[in-house]
Amino acid sequence: MDFLRFLRGALGAATTGGRTYHLWMGVLTFIIMVGGYAYSVQLREGLIVTGMSDHVSWGLYISNFTFLVGLAAAAVMLVLPAYVLKDVDFSRAVLIGEGVAVAALTMCLCFVVVDLGGPQNMWHLVPVLGYFNWPRSMLAWDVLVLNGYLALNLLIPLYILYQHYHGREPQRRKYVPFVYLSVFWAVSIHMVTAFLLAGLPARPFWNTGLLGPRFLASAFAAGPAFIIVTLHFIRRMTTYRIANETLSKLAMIATVAAQVNLIMLGSEIFKEFYFPTHHSESARYLFFGLHEHNALVPWIWTSISMNVLATIVLTLHPLRRDQRLLYPACLLLFVAVWMEKGIGLIIPGFIPSPLGEIVEYMPTWVELAVTAGIWSLGLFVFTALVRVALAVETGSVRHPGAPIMQD
Amino acid sequence: MTRKFRLRDLFTLMARGSEAASTAPASASGCGAACSCSTPEDSGHSVLDKTVDRRRAMGMLFGGAAAAATATKSAASVTQTEPEKDEKLLAWEEQLKGNFRLMTERERAETIDRLEQLTLIRHGVDVRIRDAGAIPGVLYGYAFNISRCKGYRNCVEACIKENNLDRKTGTQYIRIFEMEGGQVTFEDGDAEYFHQVPAEGHFYMGTQCFQCANPPCVDVCPVGATWQEPDGITVVDYDWCIGCRYCEAACPYWARRFNWSEPEVPAEEINPNQHYLGNRLRPKGAVEKCTFCIQRSRQGQLPACAEACPTGARVFGNLLDPNSEIRYVLEHKRVFRLKEDLGTEPKFWYYMD
Repeated sequence: MDFLRFLRGALGAATTGGRTYHLWMGVLTFIIMVGGYAYSVQLREGLIVTGMSDHVSWGLYISNFTFLVGLAAAAVMLVLPAYVLKDVDFSRAVLIGEGVAVAALTMCLCFVVVDLGGPQNMWHLVPVLGYFNWPRSMLAWDVLVLNGYLALNLLIPLYILYQHYHGREPQRRKYVPFVYLSVFWAVSIHMVTAFLLAGLPARPFWNTGLLGPRFLASAFAAGPAFIIVTLHFIRRMTTYRIANETLSKLAMIATVAAQVNLIMLGSEIFKEFYFPTHHSESARYLFFGLHEHNALVPWIWTSISMNVLATIVLTLHPLRRDQRLLYPACLLLFVAVWMEKGIGLIIPGFIPSPLGEIVEYMPTWVELAVTAGIWSLGLFVFTALVRVALAVETGSVRHPGAPIMQD
Repeated sequence: MTRKFRLRDLFTLMARGSEAASTAPASASGCGAACSCSTPEDSGHSVLDKTVDRRRAMGMLFGGAAAAATATKSAASVTQTEPEKDEKLLAWEEQLKGNFRLMTERERAETIDRLEQLTLIRHGVDVRIRDAGAIPGVLYGYAFNISRCKGYRNCVEACIKENNLDRKTGTQYIRIFEMEGGQVTFEDGDAEYFHQVPAEGHFYMGTQCFQCANPPCVDVCPVGATWQEPDGITVVDYDWCIGCRYCEAACPYWARRFNWSEPEVPAEEINPNQHYLGNRLRPKGAVEKCTFCIQRSRQGQLPACAEACPTGARVFGNLLDPNSEIRYVLEHKRVFRLKEDLGTEPKFWYYMD
């Protein structure tokens, strides 16, 4: 009964707000609906309405999927110090981090579903009911770890918020074991997604042991960068206080991760180009173009330039500490990693084909609309979650019998 | 063939353990082609229970009325009543059916009956779908003579017709590469040539599914919709495939094809002699591949490509038969395979006179 009341309070918090809030949610809803229409076209006609082909058989959808798995995993960077090391500083940001994880996972699952040729057969994946090819298929592992991680990131904040709703202090022994679990789990979701690609000898571009570590490094750069930008907005738009210390620590994490990421990128580029073999053809296509096919060359160099620029700004202390530079640098880093870890990673894996044929890829309006729709859905979910979390934390939504929170 | 340690084997062992516990039949994936994997018939009643449970559960999930109809319908002759309604009912029952490997003999007969009726309703063509299993003591192999092939591509054409390949997007299983003399680099080959053949200074190499003994495409499937049969042919259960295309990414020989839209074959060109795991009409959104013409080879015929070749460049046969032509080629010619370094063990060899 109490829980229902809590849910009703949460729903109330998520559906009330000022004009800006309603405008924001309204615009997101509109884009979601456009995406829904585009998906209906894809369902009717088949994946032929996308830019994918037998040569480039994964495109924009899976590109976004791999990137967003990283974003979800990055929430751990906040969870670990806040819950385990009792770093009080982070506790206010950590709910935001878990919101990011839930939203990112929602988007991940949507991107996988829209990429399926037979979504009506999805029940074949359900163990017992269907045939779940676990532990052989890395994709089966991915389904498992992603859903588990989603459950963890829903339950932990739910428990904490519910206790705060009652004005009680959450009991550490009840949730800290799950926090530890989620820390390991976060690493696993990204490693499994990397293994999914790295385990394919058919695709030399992905078939490298560095793929998993690179995924982690880029995720721990892009994730905190995204959260910094979000916290900036929350500080500006709400009364919720977030200490400068939190932001500077997050910025430090993003900086180190961005530096490690660049080192690994350099290492890969060295290996591919010091003595290029047939296995370097995909990298040649990506960075320099192959036989007049060079659709991704401007894309990847834009990404690398943004990446290097953002890393330089973050590395130099006076620049990073200047908030007018910190936010743009974080945004730049986020977009740069999205470009590199998404399209810049997936598409070249298919070009040239295992038999050396070159067919390029260009997303269609359907793919762009569906992608925009799913991103809007993610932002919609994220905004609603954060709004509820903040309402509970600031005490505006609380149980009638709860003592006044001492903030 | 020597066995190397692979992490994947560990997973396969784990999978065998868990499958033994749940009495699901062992799958052919991961093991060598020559091993004797248990067939669905072996697994008996536990499998029957499992699939019945699944169907009932699906019915409860997706609507009681249709499920009830599913349960009661069986003998009613479908072609006698209104075809519209029948098509919907048949399609719904098809949607709820299980993985072909886990079906009982009766379930296989029922789904084949439904598929034949659906083809009649939708295309007006009376087809015969077989589910003939592997012949004991047979392991298929293929050899391709690169000194004989002249690039005529009769094989490609025969394959399209035999296998009911989609005419709209022009799906082809076979690719003939026009190669420059002096090297075997597919990067410099051309599979889209359009001129008189044979071209001066060139030779021709055909590719298709090589039916690897250690297929990377099989293990990756998250739903077990593709597997290696005891006669070494890797097949796809088109109706069980969810269309994730992971197998397409995993194939080092670019042998798999996806149905990006509803495949189209003119009714008068539909080959009515079909196999469940072979050339039957595919649904939109499923992966397909060359099966060495399973509907022909299991009837003792040559695959359409081998039969159509005017130069005798294609040799097909039973690797376990010491008197077969394929064995003669392997023993008396200098043969090689593509990308041997990957350890995929293709059962498709190239040779020269």
